[in-house]
Amino acid sequence: MASQLRGSVTVRSSSAVRVRGLSRSFGQNQILSDLDLDISPGEFVALIGRSGSGKSTLLRALAGLDRDVTGELAVDGAVAIAFQEPRLVPWKRVSDNVRLGLRISDAQARAAEALTELGLTDRAQAWPLTLSGGEAQRASLARALVREPSLLLLDEPFSALDALTRIAMHRLVLSLWENHRPAVLLVTHDVDEALSLADRVLVLTSGRISYSCQVSAGRPRDRNRPDLSALRTRLLTELGVDMEGKI
Amino acid sequence: MPGNRPVLVGEDAAPPAAARLMPVADAAPALAPGQAHHLTARVAARAESPASPGTVRLRPARSGNRRGKALLRLISPVAVLGLWQLVSGLGLVSSQRLPPPTQVWSTAVSLVTTASPAYGTLQGALLVSLERAATGFAVGATVAMVLAIAAGLSSIGENTVDPLLQMVRTLPLFGLIPLFIVWFGIGEGPKIILIAIGTAVPLYLNAYAGIRNVDPKLGELARVLHLSRRELLTQIVLPGAMPQILVGLRQSLGVAWLALVVAEQVNTGAGLGFMISQATQFLRSDVIIVALLVYCVLGLLTDGLVRVLERRALSWRRSFVAA
Repeated sequence: MASQLRGSVTVRSSSAVRVRGLSRSFGQNQILSDLDLDISPGEFVALIGRSGSGKSTLLRALAGLDRDVTGELAVDGAVAIAFQEPRLVPWKRVSDNVRLGLRISDAQARAAEALTELGLTDRAQAWPLTLSGGEAQRASLARALVREPSLLLLDEPFSALDALTRIAMHRLVLSLWENHRPAVLLVTHDVDEALSLADRVLVLTSGRISYSCQVSAGRPRDRNRPDLSALRTRLLTELGVDMEGKI
Repeated sequence: MPGNRPVLVGEDAAPPAAARLMPVADAAPALAPGQAHHLTARVAARAESPASPGTVRLRPARSGNRRGKALLRLISPVAVLGLWQLVSGLGLVSSQRLPPPTQVWSTAVSLVTTASPAYGTLQGALLVSLERAATGFAVGATVAMVLAIAAGLSSIGENTVDPLLQMVRTLPLFGLIPLFIVWFGIGEGPKIILIAIGTAVPLYLNAYAGIRNVDPKLGELARVLHLSRRELLTQIVLPGAMPQILVGLRQSLGVAWLALVVAEQVNTGAGLGFMISQATQFLRSDVIIVALLVYCVLGLLTDGLVRVLERRALSWRRSFVAA
């Protein structure tokens, strides 16, 4: 999908996402202002920011859910999104949720494959309302992955899960990413989550990318590594959290 | 929905078939109204069996099995029937006013077996009435669903359709009969239109509200998944509105039968209503009672049909309660 928005010409590039001068305001509130962003194919990017910084607005724009943004926005290939809440259709069984809107001949088989990959084979015929939080979120990931996206948007998908489930989900997402290699944009407010998963961490402040850093450590990552600790402190400072205790 | 009463069960308890997230009025099981009690009792018994201190006791399992309770529930109707037989059989009330049940039964049998010049046959009348009700209902339900979808999915539809329907809602349905007779004469037309309007209004109101209440987040999901407009309608909107549509369906079936009864007694030459108005002239209360009982059975049958539909269409909600 290469969508062209008001104004400038879409330039085909080798990046999975190319955003130039993206702006969005709600009434008097300027949520995104002249934002630039590039994501390379297969790159895992985490986007952190305080609430109200425009993380979700940016994600919705990338997902094509917001038609009122201005600027240039080009996404190369299919986009899939996993929402904060799993957003499964309650009256469709899990496998039917996964293949919803899938226009390929072997949709059923592909859905089954995706569910197997996410360890949900035995829940394929379950009603979504009977799933646990982790299962529902995995089903939502299966629905996103079965579309073979070149860009996978994750909107704080682990924030409602308990700590243990979240750790398991982190591992699962990494292994899925390694197998399918989509570009990933993970929106989170958890600095540690960003540091343990992403190649690059971006900080969004008042509608712009205010800070960007590479995380070069190999995975799985030990969060107590000195370079990661230093990065964490730096990111928290960028977010406006003073490590001395003042907020 | 107001009046939801989720049934909580212990984790080890089997999913109770009657437990669903529905208004209490709807929660009665399809077979006998007494069934709910038995199921609750069974669940309670199961919850008690592990006898762990943390187990929540729901309701002590009462003695007496399913059959015993079914018999118990038969007592009052049978008593009324017996009293009726006694009162009219002993001549306390003239049997012309209130014929005994036995006479009603034999009248019913003779209405079925012999075609009388005054009434025709019961099944003939039933067929005419059924056709009237079905035609009126089909027309009304189709119009209601088309309008509800138009009003529910577009703001143009909402602003053009909804005010009109809200106005129609306030019209006294049976007050229209004289006007319809002036306009359409005394043929089938006005009867079918009356049934159609009676059907359309409650179904429209519920379907429209149901469509409006579908989670907008699912609409967003449909956009992300690139669902077509048709898929959006059939996969998301209509199933999402289904609980409310079924409530509307039940109401509109009730109104449809009522409209049928009223419409049929005005200037008809055939049908159950015609049978009743003929019987009125001959002072045959037994025939009137037979026709009324047939209406009852028809109402019960359609209600049962909607319940079957509900169980099939809303099974995803029952699983929620059972989980």
